[in-house]
Amino acid sequence: MTRPEQTSSAIVDAAATQPPTTPLLRNIDPRVRLVVCIAFAFVTVSLIHMPSLLGALGLAVAAAVMARLEPASTLKRMAALDGFMIFVLGLLPFTIPGAPAFSVAGFEASHEGLWRAAEILLKSNAVVLMILALPGTMEQVELGHAMAGLRVPEKFVHLFLFTVRYIEVLGREYRRLRTSMRARGFTMRCNLHTWRSVGYLFGMLMIRSIERSERIVAAMRCRGFQGRLPSLADTQTVRGTDRAFAVVSLAACIALFTLEHA
Amino acid sequence: MSELLFRLSGIHFAYDRQRIVLRDADFELQRGERIALVGRNGAGKTTLFHLMVGLQRPQSGTIEAFGKVRTAEKDFVEVRARAGLLFQDSDDQLFCPTVAEDVAFGPLNLGKSAQEARIIVRSTLASLGLEGFEDRITHKLSGGQKRLVALAAVLAMEPDVLLLDEPTNALDAETEARLTDILVHLPQSLVVISHDEEFLARVTQARVRLESGRLTRE
Repeated sequence: MTRPEQTSSAIVDAAATQPPTTPLLRNIDPRVRLVVCIAFAFVTVSLIHMPSLLGALGLAVAAAVMARLEPASTLKRMAALDGFMIFVLGLLPFTIPGAPAFSVAGFEASHEGLWRAAEILLKSNAVVLMILALPGTMEQVELGHAMAGLRVPEKFVHLFLFTVRYIEVLGREYRRLRTSMRARGFTMRCNLHTWRSVGYLFGMLMIRSIERSERIVAAMRCRGFQGRLPSLADTQTVRGTDRAFAVVSLAACIALFTLEHA
Repeated sequence: MSELLFRLSGIHFAYDRQRIVLRDADFELQRGERIALVGRNGAGKTTLFHLMVGLQRPQSGTIEAFGKVRTAEKDFVEVRARAGLLFQDSDDQLFCPTVAEDVAFGPLNLGKSAQEARIIVRSTLASLGLEGFEDRITHKLSGGQKRLVALAAVLAMEPDVLLLDEPTNALDAETEARLTDILVHLPQSLVVISHDEEFLARVTQARVRLESGRLTRE
């Protein structure tokens, strides 16, 4: 094979360069981050006392700071979760019996209910913040490989990776069809024509997805696929910093647990 | 002395009664030949490629590839390794998350070790001017980059023949020029489907027309 002389800069742009300083947490082995996150989540949901819950939230905030999460978008994501829970949390003080704290329109709110609401609020936010800080900072592909490295069933990992790969292709197909509908004057209304057209749209998407999946398998067979996906990834060794991070995190989890049961 | 790579004789293929694609079609490809496969939209050019590598089976006729008659799925496994098919839509071909994994997919299937595969990946990408693309995410590449990476994925299997299905489709002029340049310098025998006359004139020497189910040399 001879090499083409010219290398066009428009096509071969520089590989996406990493920011000059990578935050400490993002250099930790993805598998370690995933395991630590799961351990933290399990410990945190088992907590019920205020000091240990605050401790868990503190740890999560520390992790978020170390991962240099963008404050604005992180808060927005957490607000989305809290918004989802707000009705449940708001009703808890009124549904859990106990010593009355205050009353609204004749309904008594209990101390126990208030505590329970605060407990759930702290727990969920601590866990979500930790998820955003640890696995949330990985590329999706990195997460897939981390799962494979942790012996998550192969089928599940492949399903995840194929989804990551093709969801955008499907999204593009959807947008193309939608645009062409709009170009022919289609607007969503509440009538039979709208329902039928939207039905056609999704039916067409489904057919195209099936056809595409057939072409993908054909292309894979052309390159020798016989039912098993080989892996290029060599088993990355866990380095000293990864080990240190794991030990510190584990110690923190144990500390939370001890604080809870002290 | 020329070596016969493909010989298709008396091929009949139909998707159903209404859609007969090939009737009693013959086709030959010698080593070193570079053939343009032309014909109207829907004439069955892509289907011919699929028949050659066994993705479809003819209703009658024989397919001889690399000196052997091929009939069963397992016969075609070797054919697919030696005849690299480049698909029209690169999104169909690049299914791995990263470029390196995708290019390594073929070599690994051929039984190469991860280490050997990695060496092949590096040299193949370098030969196409795609140095440093190893860890790029395939679905984030531009259309032109995808096409070149898909070609790299095919070339990594070191095929004797390339079957290119509209390789310049939807490429900008600059990328097309680059791809043309690459193809002109490749040592492989080629069969190219394209409607781009200028491109065909540069890359191929002979021409076969597919019309009403038959193949004729022009």
